[in-house]
Amino acid sequence: MSYIKLLAAGLMAALLVGCSQPTIPDPEPTDTTYGDSGASTGGMGDGGLGAGEFIEDPSAGELGTVIYFDFDSSEVRPQDQDLVSRHAMQLGQNTRLRVRLEGHADERGSREYNIGLGERRSQAVRQMLMIQGVSGSQISTVSFGEERPASFGSAEMDYAQNRRVEIRYTN
Amino acid sequence: MLNRLKFSLAILVFVAGSSYAELVIDVQGVAQPTPVAIVPFGWEGSGAAMPLDVAAVITSDLRRSGRFEPIPESKMLQKPTSGADVDFQDWSFVGVEAVVVGSVTQSGANDYTLQFQLFDVFGRRQLLGYRMPATRGTMREAAHRAADMIYEKLTGIKGVFGTKVAYVTAAEQGQKRLYSLIVSDQDGENEYTIMESNNPIMSPAWSPDSRQLAYVSFEDNKSSIFVQTLRSGNRFKVSSKPGINGAPSFSPDGRKLVVTLGGIEGNLDIYTLDITSRQLQRLTTHRAIDTEGTWSPDGRYIYFTSDRAGGPQVYRVSAKGGTPERITFEGSYNARPRLSPDGTRMAMVHNDRGNYRIAVMDLARKDLLVVSSGQQDESPSFAPNSDILIYATRQARNGVLETVSADGLIRQKMASGRGDVREPVWSPFPRF
Repeated sequence: MSYIKLLAAGLMAALLVGCSQPTIPDPEPTDTTYGDSGASTGGMGDGGLGAGEFIEDPSAGELGTVIYFDFDSSEVRPQDQDLVSRHAMQLGQNTRLRVRLEGHADERGSREYNIGLGERRSQAVRQMLMIQGVSGSQISTVSFGEERPASFGSAEMDYAQNRRVEIRYTN
Repeated sequence: MLNRLKFSLAILVFVAGSSYAELVIDVQGVAQPTPVAIVPFGWEGSGAAMPLDVAAVITSDLRRSGRFEPIPESKMLQKPTSGADVDFQDWSFVGVEAVVVGSVTQSGANDYTLQFQLFDVFGRRQLLGYRMPATRGTMREAAHRAADMIYEKLTGIKGVFGTKVAYVTAAEQGQKRLYSLIVSDQDGENEYTIMESNNPIMSPAWSPDSRQLAYVSFEDNKSSIFVQTLRSGNRFKVSSKPGINGAPSFSPDGRKLVVTLGGIEGNLDIYTLDITSRQLQRLTTHRAIDTEGTWSPDGRYIYFTSDRAGGPQVYRVSAKGGTPERITFEGSYNARPRLSPDGTRMAMVHNDRGNYRIAVMDLARKDLLVVSSGQQDESPSFAPNSDILIYATRQARNGVLETVSADGLIRQKMASGRGDVREPVWSPFPRF
C-alpha cells in the first residue's frame, strides 16, 4: 500500500511538474482516520491562544479513492468526475497499474439485489475510466453490496457513506 | 400517594409485559393458543435423571409454535407417566384440551426407549401412542420428532421441530470482521459453524436432501459459489467467473443451481448451472439487474428479481428458457422471491410505506399480505411445511431472526447470542 501511495504521489508530482497545471485543486482527504499522522487539537482553556502544533498529513497530494453516490443512483456526481479523471490519467500514464473497483450499497432492501446495485456503481466508474483511455485489462470490478458497510448505523448519514465505489490499486 | 402507587404499578405491568413478550413469544392478531399439558416424563434407568428433559423440549417446541399454551407443572393436579393413570376429569377441570404423558427407559449403556401417548381430554381417548429407540446423542432429535407427531395430530399440519436452519453471522474480530456460516436446529440449539471467513459469506441455500449447502464466498476479494457437504465439510467451487457469481438456489432434483452471473461488463443475468457437468444455460439477457432466482417446487419455472421496469419486481421464466412474465405489481419494491414448498404462496421483500418488510403473495389469488413489522426485514424462507416463514429483522444495529406463520398471525423472535445474524434458510424435511 505504501509503495502504491509513493508511486501515486510520485506520478502526481511528475504530472504536475510536467504539465504545469497548477489549476488542479488539492484532493480532499477522504480517509477520515488521519489522526495517527500526529494531527491533534486541544482545548483552548481559559488562557487564550494555546500552543500550536505542526500538521503532517501523509495523505496530502494523494488521490482520493472513494466515490459516493446518491440514493438509488449509479451516476458519478459532477464533483467526483475530476477525481475519476485523475485516476484515469494515472492509469493511462502507467499501464502496469491495476485497479479493483469495489462497489457498495446501503443496507436497504434485499442483499443480492444490493450486490447488483453495487456492481452498477463500480461499472459506472469503470466505463468512465475506459472512456478516458484506460485499458479494460487494468480494471477489475467486485460488488460487496451491503456486506461491507463503511458506517454501521441506519441513518441517512450512514447510508450516504455506504453508497460508494472504492478504488483500490492492487499492484 | 395513591396516585403515585398507581403510576408505579402501571410501569411494573408494562415492564413485565414487554419482557415477557421478548423472552417467550409475541402472538399477534386473533390466534388463541390451545391449552395443553405435557407431563414430565417418567424415567427408569441408572442415574438420578434422564439424559435430557424430554417433556421440556416438547413443551418448548409446542409453545414456540404459538398455537399451544402448555400449562406449567405447578398447575397439574396429577403427573401420570402412562395412559392407565390419566384421570380425564382432573385434566378437564384444569382446562386443557390435550395431555401428553410418556417415559424414557434405559436398556443399555447408551440405549434408551422413549415412549409417549397423546390424549384428547374431552373425547377421553388416546389420539396417538409411539415408542422409539434413542441414544444420548439422538435424544433431542427423538424429542423433536415426538413434538412433530403431536403437533401434526392436533393441527393437521406437519411439524417442523426436527428441521434445521442455516444462517450467516458477522462479528467484530479485532480490526476485521468474522463471517460465519452456521447450521443449527430450528430452535437455535446445536449451533455448528460450517465455514468462517474474514470476507463476506452470503446466500446460503439447502440442497433438497438437506445434505449440502450452496453459498457465496468473497474469499480473495471476488465472489465465488461453493457447494459444501455438511457431514464431511468437503466443498467444491462450482462457479468463479469474472465479475459477480451470486444467488445460488438448488433445483428440486438437486442436480442444478440457478445462479446470477455478471461477467466483466457487470450485466447480472440468471443462469442454470449443472452441478456435475458445470454446463451453463442462460435464461435472461436483459441489461437490467436480474438476480435472486429460485425454482418453483414443480421445477417448471424460475422466479427472480428484475429491475427492468425501473424498480425491482418479481418475474418468472420457464426453466427451459423463454420470455419472462411479470408476477408482482403491488408497490415499488418486491425482491428476493421464495416459494412455499407446496407451491401456493410466494414470500418476498416488499417496500411497505418506506419500510422493507416480508410479504406473502397467494399465487392463485395474487393478493399480497405483509407479515412482518420491522424496518429492514429481509431474506424470507419457508419452513418445509409451508406454514411458517423465517426471516431476518433489525434489533438496534444487529440482525436477529424471526419466524411468522404464513397467515401473519403468530410472530416470534429467535434468541441468538451471536451478534449480527442474517440470511436464515430453513432446511427441507429430514429424510429417515
